[in-house]
Order: sequence, then structure tokens, then C-alpha cells
Amino acid sequence: MKETKIFEKPKSMIDVTTHYCPGCTHGVAHRLVAEVIDELQIQERTVAVAPVGCSVFLYNYINVDSYEAAHGRAPAVASACKRLLPDSVVFSYQGDGDLASIGMAEIVHAANRGEKITVIFINNAIYGMTGGQMAPTTLVGQKATTCPLGRDPKLAGYPIRMCEMLATLQAPAYITRVSVAKPKYTIKAKEALTKAFQTQIEGKGFSFVEILSTCPTNWGMRPVDATNWLEEHMMPEFPLGVFKTPE
Amino acid sequence: MAKGRVGVNEERCKSCGLCVAACPMKVLRISDKINKKGYRPVEQFKEGCIACRMCAITCPDVVLEVFRLEDDKACNA
Amino acid sequence: MGKRFLMKGNEALAEAAIHAGCKYFFGYPITPQNEIPEYMSKKLPEIGGVYLQAESEVAAVNMIFGAAGTGKRVMTSSSSPGISLMSEGISYIAGAELPCVLMNVMRGGPGLGGILPSQSDYFQATRGGGHGDYRLLVLAPSTVQEAVDLTMLAFDLAEKYRNPVMVLADGFMGQMMEAVEFKETRAEGLPDPAEWAVGYMKQRGSRALIKSLYLDPEELEAHNWKLQAKYAQMAQHEKRFECYLMDDAEILIAAYGTVARIARTAINELRSEGVKVGLFRPITLFPFPYEPLENLPASVRQVLTVEMSCGQMVEDVRLAVGKERPVSMYGRVGGMTPSVDEIKDQVRKALGR
Repeated sequence: MKETKIFEKPKSMIDVTTHYCPGCTHGVAHRLVAEVIDELQIQERTVAVAPVGCSVFLYNYINVDSYEAAHGRAPAVASACKRLLPDSVVFSYQGDGDLASIGMAEIVHAANRGEKITVIFINNAIYGMTGGQMAPTTLVGQKATTCPLGRDPKLAGYPIRMCEMLATLQAPAYITRVSVAKPKYTIKAKEALTKAFQTQIEGKGFSFVEILSTCPTNWGMRPVDATNWLEEHMMPEFPLGVFKTPE
Repeated sequence: MAKGRVGVNEERCKSCGLCVAACPMKVLRISDKINKKGYRPVEQFKEGCIACRMCAITCPDVVLEVFRLEDDKACNA
Repeated sequence: MGKRFLMKGNEALAEAAIHAGCKYFFGYPITPQNEIPEYMSKKLPEIGGVYLQAESEVAAVNMIFGAAGTGKRVMTSSSSPGISLMSEGISYIAGAELPCVLMNVMRGGPGLGGILPSQSDYFQATRGGGHGDYRLLVLAPSTVQEAVDLTMLAFDLAEKYRNPVMVLADGFMGQMMEAVEFKETRAEGLPDPAEWAVGYMKQRGSRALIKSLYLDPEELEAHNWKLQAKYAQMAQHEKRFECYLMDDAEILIAAYGTVARIARTAINELRSEGVKVGLFRPITLFPFPYEPLENLPASVRQVLTVEMSCGQMVEDVRLAVGKERPVSMYGRVGGMTPSVDEIKDQVRKALGR
């Protein structure tokens, strides 16, 4: 009997156990990014910009030149790095609190300038690192530690749809929303990430991949239940799809 | 149908069970063993893996490796 | 003497940065420093550089963080309220040990304050400004020519110490025109960015990590002591100051920046009247040159600090002079400037004449 290995850890991924909670899909998104970096053979010219939040330690898991940005400012850091090093491949990796709350100005303006960077936006509808507070993407009625009775739109407004909002801008080249909740979505998420990095490498402009993710710990669910909850509740609010595509 | 095998890096596993749910052939389960972090790692407990990789694709901790098994004879076929 | 150019202070500051090899500028408009970004937006594209107007000071300083991480010479400029907005980012830059030059063309505060010259950001500049135990190297020019020279020096010092350096100017210096010369100088033996910056992974064989987070308290403590050791090196090697007519002075004026220049005129006039008055002018505000004030000539009986603030540098002056001699303070604020006559009156009053 002959054995052929058909799935293994990507080369640009550092061989350690992550700090993420069991079932947290940050790990899936990290692995996909590393796989794309390997497949495009860009490890030595890739620069990662990590956010503040659960994924602050992104650089402990992906072995590329890395910055750790201040909360919300990753697109500004990435913009400048890319302008000074045009041959590099620069991506930021940001959660919903980082990108859609404190960093709203930076993401909108980086997109509007058409910065040739790739932004990976992890939307799990909650603040993870700080312990489950309401996020700008928390669903109406969804409970969080700072909206214990569920998000009330009269008090806190409605979940922000980043892809739809950024797609109103002229400059961005590629905007898409995917998920990593189940394998069928994850396969498509990797295709989206590949296209996003290629958009940058080909100089076509700003690329943005929103990834719907789970946070079993702060949602108070078992990991498998969280993937089902994401499908049932997040996907109707945040529909998957391509909102802008390079010409 | 292809034949396969799943390799488990037991120390990396956090018993989240996503792979167990993702496996179409239901050949994975959470084992009775306990790793250094106190989690019960997943195991392939029976034959029937078809090397579809769904488990590895859904695993957040890069715990799993997937192998395709081929009869040596098949190469000549 | 080399070729001299009549230039507005802000434009001279910008040109000095270009002469020092700075090709990258990120900023946000604020009065009274707008001629700096305007000049950069015209000149930098001509030399293959990058000028980018950020959406805010917050974004601008984080662009500096990203740009400085590549090891290239980068700068931003702003004025007091803008520097407050940048302070979070400056703390990150200091924590990550990135070289860059920051210009603060100070205006009056607090809050939105006004747009006229001030020196009320002394505490902010010399004590770090943002959160955490960090310091900027702070250079305080007194003339446009000195602003040019110190701006060029600032880039060398930033690289030497891998630390942000602030050029602390004021609205006067930014807006006045003077003849200036650009002397070509560049320190030798500066660290090679290939050792630490992003963009050299292939060459170096390992990746760069630009960060200020150390969750392990022992690591963070070690990182803090490493920074402190660097500041101690700055204190040992970089203190700069000027003493003018100090040796036989009865009374010493301590002043920096534009105020020192006004004080010098007052001193010259008082000397012609026979009043023995001298000037101590710190050029580096951090590290502050305490020693000349700790070892004053016996003739000096008292010190008068003059500032465009309600009394900020005077705290460092008192710290150095000690209790043996009285230290008084005269300040004008809000965009008001101490005049030559006012300073002369203050000296006479202090001497009881």
C-alpha cells in the first residue's frame, strides 16, 4: 500500500499550538492565509499587520515580516508600508471591533485611496479578547456582556455591513464576504483569499475579504453549535458573495 | 472510492469536535486519551476514510494530516 | 559660507528634511505648520518619494509607524492639538523602537486653543506625551538656521538611537523668513536597517517583528529597562545647550526657542546699561542639560526663566538650580509673546532696580 500525504501544515505557518479557544475559527483563517502565501510563493516579500484583539498574536503563527498595529490602525500602517515597499505583499488582519468600530476611519480611507493592500476582516459579531462585549457587527437581539438583554437597535443601532458599505466606494478592486464555519465555505474562502492576494500582486488595487467566523467561547456555545448558529443567524444578516471584482 | 487515513497531532488537538462533525464517513471521534493541555484528542476509530480532507480543512489547529492510500498494483492499472 | 536661501521657516524645515535624505512624509493639515506638508506634497514626488495626506493625525502617525518600520527616513509634522492626537502612536513608535522625526510647530492651548505661537507643549514633549515610560529626544531650535541644522541632525539621532526625535519649534519660527544654508552632513556608522526592518527577510534569512506588546511582565520589564538604558545613553552623549555671557552674570535668564532669541536682545541692551545678565539656552530639552545650572558661576545670584507657557521648563530649571538660589518665572501665553522691554523690566524687578 502506498501512502501519499495530501494535506499538511503550510510551510509558512509556525509549528506551535495557538492561543485560540477550542473551535475558534481564527485558526482556520490563519491556515488559509499561510496556504495562499505558500502557493503564491510570496513568503519572503509578505508583510502582515496584526490588530489589537484575539488575533494580535498573528505573528506568532505566520512566519512573515510583521507589524503589530495600534487598535484599528492597521490599514494606515499597511498603507505606508506598501507605499514605501511597492514590491512587497502587505495584508492586515483585523477583527470586527478593530476594523468596524475604532478603526472605521482608517479602513474607509485606505479603501477609498485604493491602497494596494489586502485586508482580511474577521467578523464574529463580538469582542473576543476582552471577553464578549457588544461589537459593531453584533446582531440585533444577540446577547453580549455589554448588552445582556440582547442588542437593542434603539440604543445601539444595527450591525454594520462592511462589504456593502465599502462597495459604495469607487477605488476598491475586490470586495467579498466568505465564511470558514464549515468546509464547504472554507474552500470558497481560500479561493477568495487567493484572488485578493493576486489582486494586490497584479497591482489592481485594494482587496477586502470579510470572513464570517465563530466565537464559541463568547457566544456560549459548543463549537459545532456555533457553526450552525453562524449559518442560521449571521448569514442572513451578512450574506456571502462578491461585492466588487477587479476588471 | 479513494481510500485514506487521517494522522493526528494529538498534542495540538483541543477536542473542539469540528472535524468529527465535518467527516462525511463518520470515522472520527473524540478519544479517551488526554493530552498535555488536558484535551481529549480526536482519533480515527475505524476504516472507511475516503481522503476527502474535510476534517483537515475545518480543523482550526492544523491537527490533522490526510493520506491517500493506493494499492501498489493500482499504479500499473 | 555656502549658498544661502531666503525661506519661510516651515519651508526651510521641510527642505532640511529632504536634504537629510527624508523622502517620505505623512501628515494632516493644521495651522501654523501647513507650509511643511504643502512643500512636501510638491517636492517629494519629484524625487521619487511619497507624500500622503492622511485622514487624521491618528492615521498619519500610524502611517509613520508603518513607514518607519521599513528603516527609511520618514517624518510628520503637526501642531499642538495634532500632536496630542498622535501621542498614542508616538508611544507605539517609541515602544517598538522605530526611528522617525516629528515636528511640533507649537500653538497655544489647552483644547483647540489658538493658532499663535506658544511653548506650552514642553511637558508633553519632554515627558513623552503618551502612555508608558518612554522619552523622545527633543530638539529646540531658536532661529530658522538652527531649525534647519537640528532637523538634519534629528534624522541622524533618530537612526542612531532607533527612537522618535521631536523638533520642537513654535509658530514664530514656522512663519518667519530668514536666510538659511543647508550644510551637507550625515553621521557615519549608523545602524543598518537590514538588521531589524521589514522588507529584508530574504536578505536576512529571518523575518522582522515590529511590536510593542510584551504580555509576559518579566519581558516587559526587561524591555522597559532596555529603553531606559538608551535614554541614559542619550543623556550622556546628546545634551546640547548654549551659555551666553554667563561667566560674570549676576542674574541668569533661562529660555529656549524663540523666547531665548528675544531674551538675547534684552540681555544685549541690559549689558549696554551695565546690568550683568546672561543666558542659559537648552537646545536639547530631553535630555535636559542640567549640569550647567547645577554648577553655576559664583556670580550668579538668581535665575529668571522666561517661557511662552504658564511655567513648564521652569520645573527642570528649579530641579537643576536647587534651593540655594531663587528661581523665578515670567510667562506669556495664549499666543502672546514676552517683549524685549518686558524681559528687561522683569530683570530689573528681580534685581530690585
